Amino acid sequence: MKTGTDRVKRGMAEMQKGGVIMDVVNAEQAKIAEEAGAVAVMALERVPSDIRAAGGVARMADPRIVEEVMNAVSIPVMAKARIGHIVEARVLEALGADYIDESEVLTPADEEFHLNKKEFTVPFVCGCRDLGEAARRIGEGASMLRTKGEPGTGNIVEAVRHMRKVNAQVRKVVSMNEDELMTEAKLLGAPYEVLLEIKRNGGLPVVNFAAGGVATPADAALMMQLGADGVFVGSGIFKSENPAKFARAIVEATTHFQDYSLIAELSKGLGTPMKGIEISSLAPEARMQDRGW
Amino acid sequence: MIKIGVLALQGAVREHMQSLEACGVEAIAIKHKEELQEVDGLILPGGESTTMRRLIDKYDFMDALKGLAAEGKPMFGTCAGLILLAKHLIGYNEPHIGVMDVTVERNSFGRQVDSFEADLAITGVADDFPAVFIRAPHIVDAGENVEVLCKHNGRIVAARDGQFLGCSFHPELTDDHRITAYFVEMVKEAKQKQLV
Repeated sequence: MKTGTDRVKRGMAEMQKGGVIMDVVNAEQAKIAEEAGAVAVMALERVPSDIRAAGGVARMADPRIVEEVMNAVSIPVMAKARIGHIVEARVLEALGADYIDESEVLTPADEEFHLNKKEFTVPFVCGCRDLGEAARRIGEGASMLRTKGEPGTGNIVEAVRHMRKVNAQVRKVVSMNEDELMTEAKLLGAPYEVLLEIKRNGGLPVVNFAAGGVATPADAALMMQLGADGVFVGSGIFKSENPAKFARAIVEATTHFQDYSLIAELSKGLGTPMKGIEISSLAPEARMQDRGW
Repeated sequence: MIKIGVLALQGAVREHMQSLEACGVEAIAIKHKEELQEVDGLILPGGESTTMRRLIDKYDFMDALKGLAAEGKPMFGTCAGLILLAKHLIGYNEPHIGVMDVTVERNSFGRQVDSFEADLAITGVADDFPAVFIRAPHIVDAGENVEVLCKHNGRIVAARDGQFLGCSFHPELTDDHRITAYFVEMVKEAKQKQLV
């Protein structure tokens, strides 16, 4: 009997496919998310848009919040650790979090190295903007990927860019000859072994969700059409006027992402979504997606 | 040609479809209840049972699923799928589809850090099946007509109740198609009976 194997860690993310993972900051929100049909919740101290507004250093959530959320719901509970913060990740593992997001939404603890995720029993999800970044994270032991997008903006444009980029680069690798892969690995900054696995597998060896800027049911469906395996929604739900209704609508749009009359129906009267931010208005140091290496 | 559906509301749908195709039958992803009329049997995949249940209710699937069971068509539930099939759930007053005579407890092996894999002997299937358990449920109690196919550390993790097959683990996460092949045989036998 073996725990913490690749199959067990990657398999956990496979079970989340076609689903929506929602950011929550307390037990009450977690229950609303579960009731709406979320496949998991991300327990946080603040949602990304509030982290943006508050400024300063953003850290792992108070363990009390993580515990409160774990006690409130039966679905899996994820939590975020700072990039490279070994102890925050170990603390979340000790608390019994089901998945850890080594996340650029928090202020990085290490500006050079990510966690060696292979050493942990708990699985990790990491953000990526292109295949080089995706393959490096897989090489470090990430069991699940997500686009970085631009968190807390309610603007889908960066998530779209990242999903298209990764998928185009995956298609290229799959169509290449094996003798061309080493040079491609050099150009992408990707581990050769991971590219070989992608080539032989015909695709990424882990699931890739959309994240960072999903604000409406149509945004969620768009990301599914672009090839996302599922969707993370951060600030979008609990910053909207009617979170329960909004959450249900996002779940349904993710399941039936090609049923346009259904998406039209469930987009009606949702109230005002979160106010978005135009990416070009962000100062370079406010761009979360540029964190990570 | 045998046609087997995979309930495609959420979860590991593609893997089950690939496994069915590897067993030489046609696999159909079921997103609408009308599509259930075409199939000879149904797989309920791994995923989140609370999410699947909400979508089952939302799209009015429940009667169609119970109808499929009433017609005698075989159904196979893996992990969340087993939870959907069970007649009794620990801690819940009502079951979901509630057709397989077993009592199931959710998340009974612990949280994700306790998820594991082990090679198991499954009666009529294999002596060394690679079983992947992820936040898995287990069968606490089985009715008298239920055949227990596999136990792990004293807990029932696979069983058959006539037309219903259920397991705690995820055969869809491996390349081992032997348990899917076992279910395909169940579907073929049931179809044969209906033709006679």
